[in-house]
Amino acid sequence: MTDFKMTRRKALGMALATAGAMMTSPAWAEVDFSGKTIEWIIPFSAGGGSDTWARFNAPLLSKYLPGQPTVVVVNEPGGGSTKGANLFAVRAKPDGLTLLGTSGSTQFPYLLGDPRVKYEYKDWKIAMAAPTGGVVYTSPSTGVEAVADLAKLKGQKLTYASQGATSLDLVPLLGFKLMGLDVQHVFGFKGRGDGRLAFERGETNIDYQTSSAYIKNVQPLVEAGQAVPLFSWGVLDEAGTIVRDPNFPDIPSFPEAYEMLTGMAPEGDDYDAFVAFFIAGFPAQKMAVLPKGTPDDIVAAFNAAFETMKQDPEYLANKQAVLGSYEQVTGGKAEGLFEMGTTISTQNRKNVVDMLGAHYGVKLGE
Amino acid sequence: MADTLLAALSALMTFDHLLYMLIGVTVGLVIGVIPGLGGIAGLSLLMPFLYGMDDISALAMLIGLVAVIPTSDTFSSVLMGIPGSSASQATVLDGFPLARQGQAARALSAAFISSMFGGIFGAVVLTGFVVVARPLILMFGSAELFMLALFGLSMVAVLAGRSLAKGLAACAVGLLIGSIGGAPATGEFRMTFGMGYLYDGIPLVVIGLGLFAVPEISDLLRRNASISDRPPLGSGWAKGFRDWYSNIWLSIRCSGMGCMIGAIPGLGGSVVDWIAYGHAVQTCKNPENFGKGDPRGVVAPESANNAMQGGALLPTMLFGIPGSGSMAVFLGGMVLLGMEPGPAMVTTNLDVTYSVIWSLALANVMGAGICLLLAIPISRLTQIRFPLLAPFMITLICFAAFQATRDIGDLLALLSLGLLGILMKRFAWPRPAMLIGFVLAPQSETYLYQAVQFYDWSFVTRPGVIIIGVLTLASVIFGIRKRVDDTGHVVSASKDTDEHEGRWTSRAPQIIFALMIVGLLIAGLKDALDQSFLAAVFPASVAVVGLAMALWLLPELIAGHRGHVSHYDSELDGETVGKAGIGGLWGGAFWIGGLVLASALIGFYLAMILFFVAFLHVRARAKPLQTLIMTAAAAAFILLIAKMLSLNFPSGLAQSYLDLPWPFR
Repeated sequence: MTDFKMTRRKALGMALATAGAMMTSPAWAEVDFSGKTIEWIIPFSAGGGSDTWARFNAPLLSKYLPGQPTVVVVNEPGGGSTKGANLFAVRAKPDGLTLLGTSGSTQFPYLLGDPRVKYEYKDWKIAMAAPTGGVVYTSPSTGVEAVADLAKLKGQKLTYASQGATSLDLVPLLGFKLMGLDVQHVFGFKGRGDGRLAFERGETNIDYQTSSAYIKNVQPLVEAGQAVPLFSWGVLDEAGTIVRDPNFPDIPSFPEAYEMLTGMAPEGDDYDAFVAFFIAGFPAQKMAVLPKGTPDDIVAAFNAAFETMKQDPEYLANKQAVLGSYEQVTGGKAEGLFEMGTTISTQNRKNVVDMLGAHYGVKLGE
Repeated sequence: MADTLLAALSALMTFDHLLYMLIGVTVGLVIGVIPGLGGIAGLSLLMPFLYGMDDISALAMLIGLVAVIPTSDTFSSVLMGIPGSSASQATVLDGFPLARQGQAARALSAAFISSMFGGIFGAVVLTGFVVVARPLILMFGSAELFMLALFGLSMVAVLAGRSLAKGLAACAVGLLIGSIGGAPATGEFRMTFGMGYLYDGIPLVVIGLGLFAVPEISDLLRRNASISDRPPLGSGWAKGFRDWYSNIWLSIRCSGMGCMIGAIPGLGGSVVDWIAYGHAVQTCKNPENFGKGDPRGVVAPESANNAMQGGALLPTMLFGIPGSGSMAVFLGGMVLLGMEPGPAMVTTNLDVTYSVIWSLALANVMGAGICLLLAIPISRLTQIRFPLLAPFMITLICFAAFQATRDIGDLLALLSLGLLGILMKRFAWPRPAMLIGFVLAPQSETYLYQAVQFYDWSFVTRPGVIIIGVLTLASVIFGIRKRVDDTGHVVSASKDTDEHEGRWTSRAPQIIFALMIVGLLIAGLKDALDQSFLAAVFPASVAVVGLAMALWLLPELIAGHRGHVSHYDSELDGETVGKAGIGGLWGGAFWIGGLVLASALIGFYLAMILFFVAFLHVRARAKPLQTLIMTAAAAAFILLIAKMLSLNFPSGLAQSYLDLPWPFR
């Protein structure tokens, strides 16, 4: 009898405990996207880097999310990506069925305080971040034959083909300025590829390419003696400092090059401002974010899907072409990048905006 | 190299690869037929299927699609006078008159054979040049690109119409509209007038549809009849072939031009059809039939636009620089397949490049063959009463316009430009001149600014600049001698026309329209003067030139003698005047306006269904069952494409209050 009672009580207790546990939600039990369609909003036109990145990830995401939902890429271009991000901020519900893919071009207007920006990064939850990197190179016509000659660039008139002062090319603009190089930025280029063409035609003498484009297109120029690599922008280590890019072990990082040129490690407000835009433009360039208030279990499901897809043969086969040699990150690492890539102090923002207004006629307050 | 070429061919010639190519070709043909939809939409449609495909099949499919769009877009250009895509606007000028004379099959076959020839020509050029193209392409710096933009603008001379002042003013307005949005040098936003939509400028497809499709639909709608006023004349195949064969040199020249314009990165090529058409008028003997149904006016643009696709592959594959929107999507597709464009495409990956080239040639043959088979059944459309076709056309152009940026602003811009187009057509302001200005505005401005930055003004002494400059000058001189008007008719600038009898006040509408253009130019000038020097100099100069032209034109309009070349008002002199059963000028615009307004209120999809029912019932007077079937068919078709493109329709006011499921969302 007693035994039975005990057993019954035990059983009841166990049942209650199980029910209670289920109510407080282990992720696997509740998140199920079977039969659902997930829209991945890309605030750019079809065919660009962000679009390709999302289209590369979408089928894999579909395969590894619980319930194998359909994942479609929806292009909402306009306003240099601010339009699509604004729409996402207003429209998307926290049910995991809408995802936004941002890029440096979405982060920069936010960091600069562009009045077209109606979205708030801090509301969103990061699901995945895709870092990238780049290498700055110059023409041998400057007299520079190797990185060691970097100092020869000082005082020379350099020309750079830029996509615009508030575009991703703001990073080289701030970087060159920090180094004290005299660079004339010629605007209106359609992309880095367009800029590289101007370099190859001899119209410019300093340029940078993202890593995979550098390897494919500039490496041959280096071998032919038509280009000299100077420095990579670098990558972030665990502590959040910029270190040498492992893809280019023989090329110094930006801070190293700065030290070679000036004899000191870079520091101060201007450097902090550069770092803020650098992180938003390179280590945290592309991010997949979920809307405000998305429950943690849904975020966890996305994290897990992005993490497990890395073993998929399809992912391994094509990642080099799409991602370069950088690994997509999730979880704490992604959160760190997300935080750093969307934060700038008020004073640093004002300094950059004022400088852009004074030197390049940029007006943001319209 | 020959080994690689043959190896690539045999790799392609398997059942699987050809099947995938056929799929690409079929999708391309369908997309090309639908007005306004072009390569971007088609490639986006196929993109999700690339996952897991083998490289050669996938490339064959993508190339198949890109290659045949300029083939099948001819259908709506010839049969309805509505350009099927921006590549075949010029085909309308002579193709459509041929269709109305019952010779649709002849025009179509001439067009398809020219397209096929142009496509194969492009592939051959690609084969020969791909290995040596790199240094050639690098010869075109910003200074040369600016000169090429000027060369394109020089075609305005030949396309200016009866009044040079009107032509140049129209071109100035086009240049001004083309500079809406961020300034290339400073990023300042120009002429946005507080509207978020204008920040990115107006998309080309909206301009094309507004200026060319809307006026034509309105015009056809007023006539209330079928497009062709007589039964079709035989099959016309042999005739079409002879039309092409007897102009084979023209076809070769235009293919060469198309290929070159496509191959130079940064030029785009969306005006390649107009340049070819202008070239045909400039160089052909006996040009008086242009615009009235001269088959040479079909052969020239159709040879050029297919050849251009071959050329456009060069910068895309060699440099990773897409020359056009559809090439950008193609490039994205290559990357998804794990292929990176670059110099390796002519060394280690030469086999891939050759399989692309072979695919291009084969797809052109497939596409032209299928189109020739379909030419006769499809040309029967011209026998149908147009009001029954109109709701399809109106819905499709709105859908296509909305594809541009997926903003309700696309529809409003389509409507506004449509009204402008109707008035320009009425008063014989040359729309091609405006279009050319629009397309070349960003290129002229950006490349001039860059050239001055890089070389200072001494860029004018570069040999390439001088050569292109001489060509431009020749083109202007030839052009002024043989000018064609808005409909392509060659005119002589000095000859008066017979003008209707009437009071002086009958000139008021055209004077008012000219004053509206002056207003536009002044608004542009005023906006420019608020900008910094680098952002202002281009739009301000253009506006000043436009105003000078208007100052030349206005006195002629007001005080010119009866029948002066500047005078034209189709409501007084046009072919519809005094005929029975002609509807009002604004009928078409009214219906399109209704659809746009309803979309703004209740969203596009619901609005489209209501529009169909209302139009068929009220305007076309269709029977209830017919109305029901046609509405259902159209609704299902639009839904299918939207689903495949994963597209949200423009939402209206109602959607901001109500949470409706897709497709009503």
